Amino acid sequence: MSEPIFEHQKIKGDFPLLEREVNGKPIVYLDSAATSQKPIEVINRMTDYYKEINANVHRGAYHIAELATSEMEETRAKVFRFINASSEKEIIFTKNATEAINLVAYTWARSQLKEGDVILLSSLEHHSNIVPWQQLSSERNIEIRWIPIKQDGQLDLENIDELLDGVKLLCVSAVSNALGTINPVKQLTNAAHKVGAICLVDACQSVPHFETDVSELGADFLAFSGHKMCGPTGVGVLWGRLELLEKMPPFLGGGEMILNVTSEGFTANEVPWKFEAGTPPIAEIIGLGTAVSYLEKIGMEAIREHEQNLTSYALDLLTERFGNDLTIHGPKAAADRSGVISFSYRDIHPHDISQVLDQYGVCVRAGHHCCKPLMTLLGLNATARASLYIYNDESDINSLADAINEAGKIFT
Amino acid sequence: MPGLEDLYKEIILDHYRNPRNQGELPVPPAVMEEGFNPLCGDEVKVYVLTDSDVIKDIRIAGQGCSISQASASMMAESVLNKTLEEAKNLIKKFKKMMSVHESNLDSSEISEDANENSLGDLQALKGVVKYPVRIKCATLGWNTFDQIIDPKE
Repeated sequence: MSEPIFEHQKIKGDFPLLEREVNGKPIVYLDSAATSQKPIEVINRMTDYYKEINANVHRGAYHIAELATSEMEETRAKVFRFINASSEKEIIFTKNATEAINLVAYTWARSQLKEGDVILLSSLEHHSNIVPWQQLSSERNIEIRWIPIKQDGQLDLENIDELLDGVKLLCVSAVSNALGTINPVKQLTNAAHKVGAICLVDACQSVPHFETDVSELGADFLAFSGHKMCGPTGVGVLWGRLELLEKMPPFLGGGEMILNVTSEGFTANEVPWKFEAGTPPIAEIIGLGTAVSYLEKIGMEAIREHEQNLTSYALDLLTERFGNDLTIHGPKAAADRSGVISFSYRDIHPHDISQVLDQYGVCVRAGHHCCKPLMTLLGLNATARASLYIYNDESDINSLADAINEAGKIFT
Repeated sequence: MPGLEDLYKEIILDHYRNPRNQGELPVPPAVMEEGFNPLCGDEVKVYVLTDSDVIKDIRIAGQGCSISQASASMMAESVLNKTLEEAKNLIKKFKKMMSVHESNLDSSEISEDANENSLGDLQALKGVVKYPVRIKCATLGWNTFDQIIDPKE
């Protein structure tokens, strides 16, 4: 691959939504941790699919059905290369990352875990990587244990060996959606594998922003969503090690996931189709494939570099401008975090901050970010969260700071 | 702050800055109910002490945004020393004002019919209807209070 060049203005121009105004102001979109905007290539590809090759996949032996099938399967190949998996068969399409995690909970975990087993979760997890395990825990009397965090929002691994005692499954996010903390996944999976535990990595906040290599991370399962990485909503990915996937029972029952059905029973299809019951979100999967190509064209290294620089700029500017009135939660250094910036400003409620920001076209998230256990640990009810992506630049950060200042004027 | 005047009216900001009837009451004799807004994590606790169908004391605890805090504070002020029947009536009127069906209103069109006039200061909260996400904030305390004086389950 040639040296990636980050042409920011050109990239911003690829996203039609960013041309619109909100409340008479140009939109400043700072909520990419919730969902990213979509480049025109992705939007066009999905429209073209419906206009030109819409047909159900893996069924009809006719031209457009073959085209639809091969385009969809091409995405599987793209995703497999994108995260450096060992086989295309390891890529399972789900409707989102939540479904991907639930798939593991309902198939692998329910066939492998029994009463008295332990699941270890990090304190930085999103509800989608907590609740499926709590459901299982209450069903089977499985213990849930938590890796604590330090004051700066990084995981506290001091007692990790004790915590791992008896653990069968470790669930950790690669990057925290609430604080932006980059977790030491490799160190954790290494330690977990020593006690024979399986490791599930929630990569929703890392795959769109960092180069991803599943074998480097030491993961056994990895889940992420398409819509946070320039792809459409309605499609997510579960990657799993082939030998695990092959032993797992199917998830949902229906068409596509079977080899044969008789009145007596069924034979499950091969991996990955065994886990993809029913007509898949074909247009969305194809759109995701285009999104992967789009990100590859820019280069994941260049994306990370851009976001780290911009995060650094934002941390400096906000600190300089608001001093002690503004608290940035999570790690202090841009190198230790993603472009997620969770903050509190004076004692103004985040809901009120985001309401005033919206008046200036600035879109940020306010609330607990689906991380209530984490917020409780931090002693917070809610935070405001600005999250960056490839199309953001310093002017967006300046607009954010100006709008925060306006919020301060109202709630003095 | 052009455009936000309907939401952040001075009286609302005043109740937010200086909330009335804050605190807790011993349970029993008071009754306490908790309310949550799952969207933003706001929590409110409402304590009510009644004496032969009259609300003798009401206290609000918890944390939330300006709208939820101010609305609960204004509610406490307006139901104190009212009978349960009067309070139920006020809840009904307030919820009607906050109903989303009336949300497609321009500020100039905000009606002030006789029914709403009886809401007094609470009418200031009508502007919230223009911001549908915030309606839950404005009604959090009210729904919690409603649970106490008119339990649904």
